[in-house]
Amino acid sequence: MAEVNDKQNIGVSDGALIPDQADKSVFSAWRISFFGAIILLVALPLFSPDPYWNIIMFVPDGILRTFQVTVLSIVFALIIGLFTGLGRISRITVINRIATIYVEVIRGIPLLVQLFYIYFALGQFVQVPRMVAAVIAMSVCYGAYMGEIFRAGIQSIPKGQMEAALALGLTRTQALRKVIIPQTFRIILPPVGNEFIALLKDSSLVSIVAVADLLRRGREYASQTFEYFQAYTVVALIYLVLTLFFSKLVAVMEERMSKHHRS
Amino acid sequence: MNGTNGSQIPRVRIEDATKTFGEVQALRGVSLEVQAGEVILVIGPSGSGKSTMLRSVNRLERLTSGRIWIDADEVSNSASDLRRIREEVGMVFQSFNLFPHLTAAGNIMLAPMTVKGASRTEARADAERLLARVGLADKADAYPGQLSGGQQQRVAIARALAMNPKVMLFDEPTSALDPEMIKEVLDVMLDLAREGMTMMVVSHEMGFARAAADRVVFMDEGEIVETGSPDQVFDTPSHDRTKRFLEHIL
Repeated sequence: MAEVNDKQNIGVSDGALIPDQADKSVFSAWRISFFGAIILLVALPLFSPDPYWNIIMFVPDGILRTFQVTVLSIVFALIIGLFTGLGRISRITVINRIATIYVEVIRGIPLLVQLFYIYFALGQFVQVPRMVAAVIAMSVCYGAYMGEIFRAGIQSIPKGQMEAALALGLTRTQALRKVIIPQTFRIILPPVGNEFIALLKDSSLVSIVAVADLLRRGREYASQTFEYFQAYTVVALIYLVLTLFFSKLVAVMEERMSKHHRS
Repeated sequence: MNGTNGSQIPRVRIEDATKTFGEVQALRGVSLEVQAGEVILVIGPSGSGKSTMLRSVNRLERLTSGRIWIDADEVSNSASDLRRIREEVGMVFQSFNLFPHLTAAGNIMLAPMTVKGASRTEARADAERLLARVGLADKADAYPGQLSGGQQQRVAIARALAMNPKVMLFDEPTSALDPEMIKEVLDVMLDLAREGMTMMVVSHEMGFARAAADRVVFMDEGEIVETGSPDQVFDTPSHDRTKRFLEHIL
């Protein structure tokens, strides 16, 4: 039986921008975009404090809210994803079917529609605070994606690992908990990082249910001053700096891991 | 390596075992008895059912029909306490299958702590003793990725021994190793055989067979074709199929 090689490519991604680590040149695409955005964010307020300085002073609590939504949602999505992934590989038909239906249904409905559904449609029966609705919608949606990542991660662990654990007298559940899942976490770290970035971007959708995130704050500023171009330029640049920063982090993490863990 | 003792029940008894994978018949009525303390070497071409037979003994494969006992416990019976049986049967795999996220000691400690409820201190002391026994006393805190193939396989043997098994199964334990590492693993296996461990070994290591095996079993196409002492089977095989196979591997 051939051992599966160490660098597992579980290939679940929605295409967040990941810098190509092979591109080491000083003027890599990542560097130009990242530092270009930072230079613009510094230069614009310097040369044109009104309105850029005002905008930059206006949006930071939106950045904070964006982070809140993103971090809370990713945490819940991870929990939902773990159980969904386990459900997807379960031998118990009912559990397996429920997990699969959840993934299929959620992946088939646009996130924006899900958000409307939880906030407005269900809001007819139960009034949920908009921040809660936002986090629920994001975590339920990304929980399905995470479920697929966990499933792929668990299935990428060589079959011999489960066999060795069973042969030692562990039950399937013990083997999953002590042998398979700890290894899965290591493997899925990069794709989870990608999901984090995708979620950070998608979190801008919550501005539609009036959560005061980065985009919403930009819009508030613009509608007061009619400086749409300037406000949305700053908002876009801030999103760009954030996602580029995190995608670099994920890339570095990925590279470290493939270096350190060859087994 | 005490011989057979007719009055005792065998340590392992396989009775008319068959196994079908879809269209393929991996085992076609295999019967074999292994006495306590006996070392059996199983040889045969690939696809002859050697591994399937071995893996049926701790029920990593379920038989299509037939029965297997470890002492008085029936393994092939679905009501049997599978977990207890697996505690009594240690297994060593071709690809080592060490847990890469745990150190050598951690690999050895996992089952005693999880299955037998051993304390960390006990398990650690045991792991260090076992690592010393396989000549790796200084590698307790190394991760599998930092060990050579031969070292990994010796840790895997120590890991199986930590459960104090009554029988050890070896499924081509040296096939994935570079030539210079085979001896260190065989030496550990030789020591085990001398200490009276009951062993079933799927391997083509003739040197090991002559030094340690009580019997050699030749399998082909899901059947046991021939059984005998190593000298008998290797030097004067009585079946044509055995002869042909030996010509290929010598």
